[in-house]
Amino acid sequence: MNLNPAPRIPWTRKHLLGLEELSREEILAILDTADSFHEVSTRNRKKVPALTGRVVFNLFFENSTRTRTSFSLAAKRLSADTQDFQAGVSSLTKGETFIDTAKNIEAMGADVLVVRHPTPGTPHLLTQHVHASVINAGDGAHEHPTQALLDLLTIRRLRGRIEGLTVGLVGDIGHSRVARSNIHGLLKLGAKVILCGPPTLVPRSLERLGCTVSNNLDEVLPLCDVVNVLRIQFERDQKAVFPSIAEYFRLYGLTAARVERAKSDLLLLAPGPINRGVELTPEVADGPHSAILDQVTNGLAVRMAVLYLVSGQKTDPR
Amino acid sequence: MPRSDTPLLDADGVDQALTSMAVRLRAAMLPGVTLVMVGVRTRGVPLARRLATILTRQTGETIPVGAVDITLYRDDLDRAARWPVLHGTEIPFDIDGADVVLVDDVLFTGRTIRAAINSLCDLGRPARIRLATLVDRGHRELPIQPDVVGLLVATTRDEHVRVRLHEIDGVDEVLK
Amino acid sequence: MRTIQISGGRIIDPSRNLDGVGDLWIGRGRILNVGEGYDDPEVILDARGMIVCPGLIDCHVHLREPGNEEDETIATGAAAALVGGVTSVACMPNTLPALDTQGAAEFIVLQAQRARKANVYPVGAVSKGRKGLELAELGQLVEGGAVAFTDDGAPVASASLMRQALTYARMFDRAVMQHCQVPELTVGGVMNEGFESTRLGLPGMPAAAEDIMVARDIRLAEITGGRLHIQHISTARSVELVREGKRRGINVTAEACPHHFSLTDECLRGFDSNFKMNPPLRTYTDVEAVIEGLKDGTIEILATDHAPHAPEKKLREIDQAPFGIVGLETLLPITIKSLIEPGHLTWPDVIRALTIEPAKLLGIAKGTLAPGADADVTIIDPETRWTIDASKFVSKSRNTPFHGWEVRGRARTVIVAGEVRYTLA
Repeated sequence: MNLNPAPRIPWTRKHLLGLEELSREEILAILDTADSFHEVSTRNRKKVPALTGRVVFNLFFENSTRTRTSFSLAAKRLSADTQDFQAGVSSLTKGETFIDTAKNIEAMGADVLVVRHPTPGTPHLLTQHVHASVINAGDGAHEHPTQALLDLLTIRRLRGRIEGLTVGLVGDIGHSRVARSNIHGLLKLGAKVILCGPPTLVPRSLERLGCTVSNNLDEVLPLCDVVNVLRIQFERDQKAVFPSIAEYFRLYGLTAARVERAKSDLLLLAPGPINRGVELTPEVADGPHSAILDQVTNGLAVRMAVLYLVSGQKTDPR
Repeated sequence: MPRSDTPLLDADGVDQALTSMAVRLRAAMLPGVTLVMVGVRTRGVPLARRLATILTRQTGETIPVGAVDITLYRDDLDRAARWPVLHGTEIPFDIDGADVVLVDDVLFTGRTIRAAINSLCDLGRPARIRLATLVDRGHRELPIQPDVVGLLVATTRDEHVRVRLHEIDGVDEVLK
Repeated sequence: MRTIQISGGRIIDPSRNLDGVGDLWIGRGRILNVGEGYDDPEVILDARGMIVCPGLIDCHVHLREPGNEEDETIATGAAAALVGGVTSVACMPNTLPALDTQGAAEFIVLQAQRARKANVYPVGAVSKGRKGLELAELGQLVEGGAVAFTDDGAPVASASLMRQALTYARMFDRAVMQHCQVPELTVGGVMNEGFESTRLGLPGMPAAAEDIMVARDIRLAEITGGRLHIQHISTARSVELVREGKRRGINVTAEACPHHFSLTDECLRGFDSNFKMNPPLRTYTDVEAVIEGLKDGTIEILATDHAPHAPEKKLREIDQAPFGIVGLETLLPITIKSLIEPGHLTWPDVIRALTIEPAKLLGIAKGTLAPGADADVTIIDPETRWTIDASKFVSKSRNTPFHGWEVRGRARTVIVAGEVRYTLA
């Protein structure tokens, strides 16, 4: 047991908008705090009173079940009251802006707004108009910080470290907020990042962030300690970016045969929901390398940590 | 309030106090019930470890030691300008039905102990919880009393009592 | 009308290569003379330390009337022009309905007369309804007062229609102004395509979308002999294409906007829709190329693309917010800061690009202090320091990326048709 825990930097942010703006130390502070909350999740009584009386609103302008459920449960485990607001497309087309909607919800006493929106930068804009803490639960193709944090936590818990590992992000990088947040987080924590997918889905300009870009999965897979398989977003029009699912699967699908040529201790992550048979085969998804379910558990711990940390900042007077 | 730093215990004094606390803990053990130690973070943890070592030396039995972080159970979170950094509860054993000794460095208002007891009760249902503190300086705000104390000190409310331990501070001493 | 003596100012009139300290006399709504005095002026304006120049002309503004009067009206836009030192504006036809008939053009002229602020010249649509399908009645638009044609905001995508427009407009000696952008390459775009858009996850608008249409239209101008004007040029390659076109004697002109030589796509990092414009803010390389184009005369005109939008429209998710910023009231200080202070252009260069050059483009008898010319005069205090405050704009809208900037220089007195219509308080 750790008799004398290392001092950590105090958390000073009221919002969590993305990993790009966080320092390495801040990311580590979240991961360490999440480790503490992981312990809470192992108890029979999985609840602590820290956020009693606080109100956490899930403000989702885009469909999501997993992230919303995970945030709700995380808030409940901290004894906060939670409320979901699935933004009806109707109220927004009636001329009410999302800022109006958010202000309305804040007037109901929300202390934390967990925001999912299809447009990049929307949570950032919101922070200029509300007093509550804002947590970005995914803004378009920009960032999805808690997903990347749970990926980082999963890697750290299962491999003991992140620094020095080679992590491959495979698939639709261009449209992926998960990819962007992962890139920032992994690079800050000292991992090597390889982006892999067809050129139409992997913008080469991302090399400027310090990643390696490859279009050949078979070439880069053996180099990877971790592979994070990003989802092909069929809700977007992908016809223009690759000719067929069959061809995509042939080139980038994670099959058992491919995994056999990878490192024996390869760790396989997928942010989900996955398309079995497109990004990876069922046997790989359920196989020994897969940490997909650990990710879900760690997601709770990460979201508890983030809710706890942002709630610790004094809010402006209303 | 100037810190006069009057020494109350030196390293030997701390040793003697802990030894005498261990003797008293042992005298009131429940027969047939597992004895475990839980230190309150931060300085309660090395104290719990030391008491366990002394008792093991005396009884030959290994005594499990855990750490409880009371942050999430504090009643003054909303008053703090900035919330404390969380270090986590680490109790890698079952406390259901155990004879728990809760260990802390200084007993003052009793609010920390209240939070620690709540925290323990969320982890299981111990047979008994006893409280052992190195120093009791009075001024309770809750009906909480220690079972075993190393040193009773009369203080005014605004005085500071500081416990320094070599595991953390490099030296063993108690100062007022 | 009264006789006005503007005394002791630095008179700059690039139309006659004039730059020197002296007195300017105005009477009966016309320029009387520069230099020796007339007797007994009724008004004497002390212009010592000031720059006295022909009233500035902005060949690219949006006044939103009719159809979007919550953003701007002809009266408020023309008043904002005066605050910026601008005495004549050419307004774009993307109104509701589009400015594509003689009656619509006459409405603009009438409203401007009623407002009695800056002169307003309508620019007619190239195509009916700005739909890009068939030519608008260009001849009747000219009769209604239109000084040029454009479908600005909706580039003329059809090469064949663009060819017809350039050809047909020749008989009126009017320019076709083009917002150069291949629409298929910018669908859903919010900002310049590149590293910054990738990092922010925002859909991009590639520079090539502009380059390709600039290249196409220059070639069309070449084969038709028509007058092509490239609006708000923003990319390095486009500047190069215009330079080459001019070298080959093709009738092509170009304008640059202050935001395209003072800001880059990095400004979008805060997701502020006041940095969202079309063409989008580009990279440093492009900014440098635009400045280079201004220096060597490839780009001869400065224009604002003044695009007012009511706050509730701009205060949206960045992909929902409309493109554009207001520019009239920040034209001079941003130009001074970005072009004059770093030594890229001189005062006469800047005034040329804001007077005689746009006057030539629009074919209007303005932009000069020649005796007998309309007495449109701007007196600029080039040194005064001030802070841009959007809340003080005369324009109905506040959408500026320059709010809070510490700047130097602004119009002090603005005279239109011999009448002092604006004085800085």
